[in-house]
Amino acid sequence: MTAPVLSVRNIEKRFGGIRAVRGVSFDVHKGEILGLIGPNGSGKSTLFNCILGQLVPNAGEVAVSGRDVSGMRPSDLNKLGVGRTFQQLSVFPRMSVFDNIILAGQEHRGTMSSRLFGAPDAGLTQDAERMIAFFRLTHLRDELAGSLSYGQQKLVDAAMAFMAGPSIVLLDEPAGGVNLTMLAHLKDRLVTYNAEHGTTFVVIEHNMEFVMSLCTRIIVLAEGAVIAEGTPDEIRSNQTVIDAYLGG
Amino acid sequence: MMAGKWRWLLVALLLAAAVAAPLGQKSYIVYVLTSWLVFAIAAMGLNLTLGYAGQISLAQASFMAIGAYVTALLTLAGWHWLIATPLALLACFVVGLLLGYPALRVKGHFLAFVTLAFNTLVFLVLRNEEWLTGGSYGLSGMPRPDLGLFTTMRPLPFYYFTLAVTVIAALAMWGIVRSPWGRAFRALRENPIRAESLGLDTRRITLLAFAIGSAYGGLAGALVTSLVQFIEPASFGVGHSLRILLMVVVGGAGSFFGPFLGSGVVILLPEVLRFTEGYYLIIYAVLVIVMLIYAPEGLIGIGARLKMKFFSRSQVRADMSQGASLK
Repeated sequence: MTAPVLSVRNIEKRFGGIRAVRGVSFDVHKGEILGLIGPNGSGKSTLFNCILGQLVPNAGEVAVSGRDVSGMRPSDLNKLGVGRTFQQLSVFPRMSVFDNIILAGQEHRGTMSSRLFGAPDAGLTQDAERMIAFFRLTHLRDELAGSLSYGQQKLVDAAMAFMAGPSIVLLDEPAGGVNLTMLAHLKDRLVTYNAEHGTTFVVIEHNMEFVMSLCTRIIVLAEGAVIAEGTPDEIRSNQTVIDAYLGG
Repeated sequence: MMAGKWRWLLVALLLAAAVAAPLGQKSYIVYVLTSWLVFAIAAMGLNLTLGYAGQISLAQASFMAIGAYVTALLTLAGWHWLIATPLALLACFVVGLLLGYPALRVKGHFLAFVTLAFNTLVFLVLRNEEWLTGGSYGLSGMPRPDLGLFTTMRPLPFYYFTLAVTVIAALAMWGIVRSPWGRAFRALRENPIRAESLGLDTRRITLLAFAIGSAYGGLAGALVTSLVQFIEPASFGVGHSLRILLMVVVGGAGSFFGPFLGSGVVILLPEVLRFTEGYYLIIYAVLVIVMLIYAPEGLIGIGARLKMKFFSRSQVRADMSQGASLK
């Protein structure tokens, strides 16, 4: 049996006297789209940052494809095939969309010296054009990323996360602040990418409709701990979740 | 494509102007023009560290000092300038690398103070270690590079030698900023956390930004040694670092041609204003203040603003444009 793409074991994170994450464990398997939901302050983002090396957990382990990556720097984690998007807009505003996408792939190509003396595009122009076209951003290719609308920047952010061909992508509130048309487009692209490449997703999201229609499995967090886990239908009908989160 | 052609035509014209500028001029004017080129190299280095990579440094004059003293000591010991200078650059690269380490821990104003303290430290070492540096009396009598058939002993040949070095340094910088390294430097400036999440080793790229920028400072120092043939610690104090910072800001931080414009303003403008006699420094200061208020993005930014004004086009922000359409 192959190891889970992502394995989280007993992650614990404290800020002073506050236990933001309390012994959370879960596995994510190849091709899954896992949703991580919970109200503000439930520890979702803290858990994300512990998994992605932005925060050092007080206890617990994280493994990617069976390899322990606890405490690994985000750049090394990315080289192991872990991509991510951010809750806040996180493009490089004074660089063109094309340069944003190239940047997302260049560190995975060649060596330090080839990146200095080799081609300015690191041989990634075709791949970048393909990724830009996939997210239907071709007409914005040469625009400064900072000049795009919020939703368009979210698409650029997602395109960057996919550029290096990751095995798993963690998306932090991809639907936040995005209008309905753009949101449908984003969901369509994520589902298509998942179907075509078998890439695994973990999605933090407040937008229940988005999560329920996108994810194959959902984990619910409250006060730093897992309170429910199941398919979207099971979560919809889970009384604890209904009471605590869905206002049922 | 056309914009690229125009750009290269403009560069060729500027280069021709730089070749023609000192012809028929007195030695002092040639000296001022040579100083402009030397400081343009120092500003190019700081522009990489600050403008492209976003790492503030108030120590560029200290790297000019290290480059100048290493070159001076070696050339006084009989080494050729062409051998002494690469060693001076190497020394600056290594010291710049070490100065980059604090930048991994402190940012912004705190980093500015760390580099400021480093500049003061270098100044004090140069002043106090008389056995090596000559202390406050400095070092003098350094030979200018002798290139066989082309000797640089006279001001005009030395100007052309400096111009050739500047062109080589500029081409190398053009190669760096256009390469994936250049993209990585800009990513470090704009969003280091995102850059790290995309596989960029931000620690390494921060250190390189300092080291390469410092090496350019060292090259400028090596040229100062031959230009003035006398160096002393006061020529490389904190005030000079601030002057190089002014060159970068006035020209346009993060723009390739900014350092040339900025150093031109800082070095040449006071000379142009000399006809106003006692008022020239006042007029110069007022002009710089006005420019920084109305064009904080530097002289290059004024050009970009004019281009936007006269060649504006429709906005691309509409969410319902092609990027948002559904199948």
